[in-house]
Amino acid sequence: MSPLLEIENLRVELTTRDGSAPVIDDLSFSLNAGETVSFVGESGCGKSMTALAILGLLPAGIGRVTRGSIKFNGEDLTKASDARMREIRGNEISMIFQEPMTSLNPVFTIGEQIAEVLREHRDMNAAQARSRAIELLDAVRIPNAKGRVDDYPHQMSGGQRQRVMIAIALACEPKILIADEPTTALDVTVQAQIFELMRDLGREFETSIILITHDMGAVAEMAERMLVMYAGRKVEAGPVDQVIDHPKHPYTKGLISCVPHLLAELTDERPPLAEIGGIVPGLAEFGRNQCLYAARCPLADDKCLQERPLPLAGKNGHEAACWHVEKVS
Amino acid sequence: MTNTLSHSPLLKVEHLGVRFAVKRNGFFGGKSYLKAVDDISFELARGKTLAIVGESGSGKTTAALAVGRLVEAFHGKVQLDGKDFLALSDDDLRVARGKIQFIFQDPYSSLNPRLRAKAVVREPLDSLTDKSEAEKQEIIDQLFAAVGLRKEQQELFPHQFSGGQRQRIGIARALATEPELIICDEAVSALDVAVQAQILNLLRRLQEERGLSYLFISHDLGVVQHMCDTIAVMYMGRIVEYADRKSLFNSPQHPYTKALLSAVPSVKKRGVSQAQAQMIDGDPPDPVNLPAGCRFASRCPLAAEVCRQKEPELGVLSDAHQVACHMVE
Amino acid sequence: MSVTRINLQEELQKPSHPFKEAWVMFRSNHSAMFGLIVLLIVIFAGVFGPVLYQGDPFDMVWAPFSPPGEEGYLLGTDYLGRDLLLMILHGARVSIAIGLAAAFLTVVIGITIGALAGFYRGWVEEVLMRITEFFQVLPTLLFSMVIVALFGASLPIVTFAIGVVSWPPVARITRTEFLRIRELEYVTAARASGVSNWKLIGRVILPNALPPIIVQAALMVGSAILFEAGLSFLGLTDPNIVSWGQIIGSNRQYILDSSYIVTIPGLAIFITVLAISLVGDGLNDALNPKLRKR
Repeated sequence: MSPLLEIENLRVELTTRDGSAPVIDDLSFSLNAGETVSFVGESGCGKSMTALAILGLLPAGIGRVTRGSIKFNGEDLTKASDARMREIRGNEISMIFQEPMTSLNPVFTIGEQIAEVLREHRDMNAAQARSRAIELLDAVRIPNAKGRVDDYPHQMSGGQRQRVMIAIALACEPKILIADEPTTALDVTVQAQIFELMRDLGREFETSIILITHDMGAVAEMAERMLVMYAGRKVEAGPVDQVIDHPKHPYTKGLISCVPHLLAELTDERPPLAEIGGIVPGLAEFGRNQCLYAARCPLADDKCLQERPLPLAGKNGHEAACWHVEKVS
Repeated sequence: MTNTLSHSPLLKVEHLGVRFAVKRNGFFGGKSYLKAVDDISFELARGKTLAIVGESGSGKTTAALAVGRLVEAFHGKVQLDGKDFLALSDDDLRVARGKIQFIFQDPYSSLNPRLRAKAVVREPLDSLTDKSEAEKQEIIDQLFAAVGLRKEQQELFPHQFSGGQRQRIGIARALATEPELIICDEAVSALDVAVQAQILNLLRRLQEERGLSYLFISHDLGVVQHMCDTIAVMYMGRIVEYADRKSLFNSPQHPYTKALLSAVPSVKKRGVSQAQAQMIDGDPPDPVNLPAGCRFASRCPLAAEVCRQKEPELGVLSDAHQVACHMVE
Repeated sequence: MSVTRINLQEELQKPSHPFKEAWVMFRSNHSAMFGLIVLLIVIFAGVFGPVLYQGDPFDMVWAPFSPPGEEGYLLGTDYLGRDLLLMILHGARVSIAIGLAAAFLTVVIGITIGALAGFYRGWVEEVLMRITEFFQVLPTLLFSMVIVALFGASLPIVTFAIGVVSWPPVARITRTEFLRIRELEYVTAARASGVSNWKLIGRVILPNALPPIIVQAALMVGSAILFEAGLSFLGLTDPNIVSWGQIIGSNRQYILDSSYIVTIPGLAIFITVLAISLVGDGLNDALNPKLRKR
């Protein structure tokens, strides 16, 4: 069975004042039907850019795909027309964003905003769309959906707005849901509810989910496979358990160990956190033929500065792009 | 609480309350009050770290601002070294302000964009001390070294620094007057995970070197577990549980604390968490119209009749553990 | 998305000072640069014109109503036979002086009221904003006419009359900026550092609130020039000083026969105000961080 979404050797360039830089550099990955894959990395590593590339929403005039393909059900989205992309967006691939406060239009009721999508893509009439909107609000567990369908966004809490966003995203039963840091702005107890909801709905609608996050804990709880990005490149990918328990790339290892995780059984010991020194390189350095992590890596040697490591596949599709895989862990 | 706290704590907060006037019922309607912080008490020993944790709307940040007199307290005492900080004025206040300093959340808005880095650090020295120019410059040089910034970076403007570096400048500013207490208001929550680890390690190193005490405001329980000696959990303006690090994390008593802990996704408790997860549903009550009984009753899985009628007081469980819940023996 | 933007910003923001960067931005805006050049020419003409092309603008030098070009008078003569070019040059001096002085007064009043209202809030804000609204709903031309009529038609009074009726927009903008900035963490940080209220207003908040106020002030210069033209058209200025509005006003009866006498000073006003508003728009784009990096 061929995967639902297959990205091959994707390169996205962004034009800056000093020329263009590859914000996504030779990225390949595939997403199967019904699967949840997580993209992990720090800010500015190209996670969100990948999502925008899939949706054909790269910043106009600045970003463009220069190589590779994004195949959705066999159709190459990098070559699709604008009209075709509009058909796909919100219908077959939809997205929810980080900020539930600003991603809803304040002057329309939530019911109208859900109905809007349905009428656009599903040719429903007003009454059908409205009753479907109520069903969807019920599905995302907003209590008393019938009573709240005419509420405006400001009448809802942050968590409820994010549920409405999910309802809008799922209105047309998309094949793929891209969630870009969907819970970063929410409290942990609300985050837990939203995650549970996404898991259940993913199962119910058989939607594949791409979860973009910086939180390893969220990855561990939500995803089956993960992909770690650094400076526009895939540095490690594989099944979540395997990657978290035995990371092959020093960056992945650093990301896991630099966070103070809640321990199941707490002791008096508190060793300093493992640090990743420095910061993500600037765009000007993207695209160089070297390991871009070398400047922050404890294992780096001359080879890392001279040649870019390519992903090396291992067991269960667990791959890592590092010259010193055997020294990690 | 523990014996370290029994002899004169550095900071002793008693019955602190903050309320905000809220306009209700249109223009001519009477004023209602939102009790953002409602009668809380806690102590912090010299050289230790006390965390106030809670979700948005819990009043944790308001409590911290009230301790530092940046928000006016409606009632209560804040004793620093035995003197009531809230009652001081003029010169006494100026001296005392130098003893309590803040580190803020957002490294992008907490530095005045029009000031050079050294002027930012200088600000408290100018307002709170009578040191000579040479002394001030010496302190600035020494602080830049202490937080890991280079001397030539003193001349740069905030936008020329990365988020982590900006937070280091904020820390240097907080240290300028040699304070005894530093209030960290979500000091690392806006940073990328790798940078967060650097800052947390820096804070702990500075604490050891200078014998600082931290009042640590955070929603991130992983960070709190790593950083703090004592923890106060707040919900809707009240402290619901107050305990030392080990007893809080190893045997949380309040149902809200339990829910909070189980909601945190973590790589370390994979598998366990989903089975034990205690979802809390429902919404918190209207903070202006609080219910008669326990504020958590509307969302609590254990709520009984007594919870809806009588507000639970903070009861002593052991000398290191207090909890405000009718259902805890 | 936002994440990438921050990174991009760090990449691109090499110039060290925010105002330097604004200038780079301003320079790349063609219409704003055009406006600036025109404005500089007008200022140059006002300052050096009367020196280079000497004479008393009130002297009757040639037959009235001679069209432009005749007998060496580049712009012709007016209904009393006065040299129109000389009058325009002297008028430029007056118009720009009044424009700048009135705009300055406007900004001083507006910033003071707006800053106090936005910083102290509460009853201070209530009182000051009611006063602002009172001035805003007054018919401005009528009110300034009353002032000039009461206190006499001299340049300082005219300037005062213009300034005193046009500050409300500046006060409103200043207040809005203060309300926004006072909540930012660096202001809280300054308060935690014991910075006094006056310093908070003047040294911490105001410099950061300036960009939109500067834009408004630039546009104020233009509207003050128009305002002065209106007043002097009605004869409410110092009769011993030439200004563009006054030329139009005194020659208005002859608009049908010798339209150039009215058209030329009219064009001067139009071009100057247009140039100022182009510069104002350019400043707005350059100083507004949201439009940057597009």
